Amino acid sequence: MTAAAPTGSRLQGTAARRRNEGAVKAVLLGAAFVTVLISVGIVLSLIFQAFAFLASIDLSELFDAGWFPRRGMFSIPTVLAGSLLVTAIAMAISAPIGLASAIYLSEYAQPRTRKIVKPVLEILAGIPSVVLGFFALTFINPVLIQGLFPDAKGATLLAAGLGVGILTIPLVASVSEDAMQAVPRALREASYGLGAKRITTSLRVVFPAAISGIVAALILAASRAIGETMVVALAAGATGGSLFTVNPLGPGQTLTGAMASLAAGSDNVTGNSSAFLSLFFLGFLLFLITFGLNLVGDIFVRRTRQQY
Amino acid sequence: MSTTQAVTAGTVTHSLRRSGVDIAGMVFSAALILSLLFTLAVLAILIGDQLGRGLPVIAERGTDFLTSTLSSRTENAGILQGIIGTAMLALMVSLLAFPIGILTAVYLEEYAPPTKLTRIIDVNVRNLAGVPSVVYGLLGLAAFVGLFAALGVGNGRNILTGGLTLAVLILPLVIITSAEAIRAVPNAIREAGYGIGASRWQVVRKLVLPSAAPGILTGTVLALSRALGETAPLILAGAVLGSFSTGGSAVDLFTGPYTALPIISFDWARKPQDEFRALTSAAILALLAVTLMANAFAIFLRNRYDRKW
Repeated sequence: MTAAAPTGSRLQGTAARRRNEGAVKAVLLGAAFVTVLISVGIVLSLIFQAFAFLASIDLSELFDAGWFPRRGMFSIPTVLAGSLLVTAIAMAISAPIGLASAIYLSEYAQPRTRKIVKPVLEILAGIPSVVLGFFALTFINPVLIQGLFPDAKGATLLAAGLGVGILTIPLVASVSEDAMQAVPRALREASYGLGAKRITTSLRVVFPAAISGIVAALILAASRAIGETMVVALAAGATGGSLFTVNPLGPGQTLTGAMASLAAGSDNVTGNSSAFLSLFFLGFLLFLITFGLNLVGDIFVRRTRQQY
Repeated sequence: MSTTQAVTAGTVTHSLRRSGVDIAGMVFSAALILSLLFTLAVLAILIGDQLGRGLPVIAERGTDFLTSTLSSRTENAGILQGIIGTAMLALMVSLLAFPIGILTAVYLEEYAPPTKLTRIIDVNVRNLAGVPSVVYGLLGLAAFVGLFAALGVGNGRNILTGGLTLAVLILPLVIITSAEAIRAVPNAIREAGYGIGASRWQVVRKLVLPSAAPGILTGTVLALSRALGETAPLILAGAVLGSFSTGGSAVDLFTGPYTALPIISFDWARKPQDEFRALTSAAILALLAVTLMANAFAIFLRNRYDRKW
């Protein structure tokens, strides 16, 4: 009789080997499951205390004249307006400068220039936010802003916005450069073959072809800017609280700034006081906003990947 | 008889090069270079500003600045506790986030079946990467501080809490960069392994991971650098702002109050006195030495081992 033909079970190897492989797989799945636990942990730790906060206050206090947690004034419009203002200023800096850097690196720069400039951008990306906060506090505000606007005294939301803007330049530049690099060479060559100039090729061919990735870069940068804490905590003033304001040349409070100053003065903000619980409500709001922005950004990122 | 102009190399070049100067193109490329120069200038001013204020302190105090403890008196305040704290945080983050992150990346890239559960884990990791760091601080405050307090480790506001918080914070980053490195390993390498009868784990351990090691290392070092520069999550997770003295014993290092270089920088930056401004810059220089050196090391690694399969 001939030897038995190899069957499925024989190809799977010995029992010991299968046990081994099964154990490895279980360990790996366990590691992967940690990330799920973290998400559940974040949502649970935010949601319960956020609702405890809402239960502990009179809901009309959410629409007071300002954000003064120690006096029981929890105006959400105040901190939202501050966050939006800082984010808008930041994007006004990082969108044009980041995109221009990306176009230069992707379409204009010689390989040698790229090799030098890209690491420099990465070093800027590696600067801790507390350093930029200190820079905004001690340089951008006194030297730049008070030099241009002598009326602005003390800390300003503008300085915080500019600091956050600088922080998000590398993000915009690297994500949108990746998107432009993903545009096939053939498109560029077709454009040059028709006699188009470099500016025309960059703006009319490559830019539109990479638009999904560029939009994603801007959305992710906005999400990063809203969540940025240390720059605002140091440079936007208003550590005790703030009235509703949309004046970029004055101090103001943002979602993250309010959280930092609650935590940094945390000795008397502990236990289950409304001020302490408001920390979690702000965190929950921030989580929802950035979660939404990241989901939308992710959709755009995927679209770039599918295109070519 | 009409003469047609001979087509020469010169006429072709001439018609390809437009007559006149391309003003729009020049202005555009000048604007591009200017915006890049703006970024470089900001970086130079930022670092120069810190050097100008911080170097005199370091020159005057020397190693005394590095080996003195926190103090409200500017003439003998030092950053020793910050250095110890940052070193311990680095150790904890490496021990926790690196193995879990790399194993998760291996699972997602090499093992995970294309099921709904896999998709959930994958989407979840990418969403976690976008959660602001301050929110991780709230997780640390609500979950880890409570956990250690319940376990009787001091009041729960200790470096174990801080290290856990930072490890959780950079875990998604470690997973994403490691997964990218693993994905870049060509399938031919795996198939060669299976072809000689290796099991899946043997292929991963002996072939895929060594091939992906440079990329994984780059990603993890960048993530570590990010963790060591984080301030907001530690403030929420109970790092001490202001001075404190550590009890002498080694146990106190783990259960007592803690700080780190970015926390000291933040605390001193808030103080109005000019002397503290200079001290802040000196502390920032120490912080930048740590994070930028880690960054530069990662960039070096990537350029050194950059391989195209």
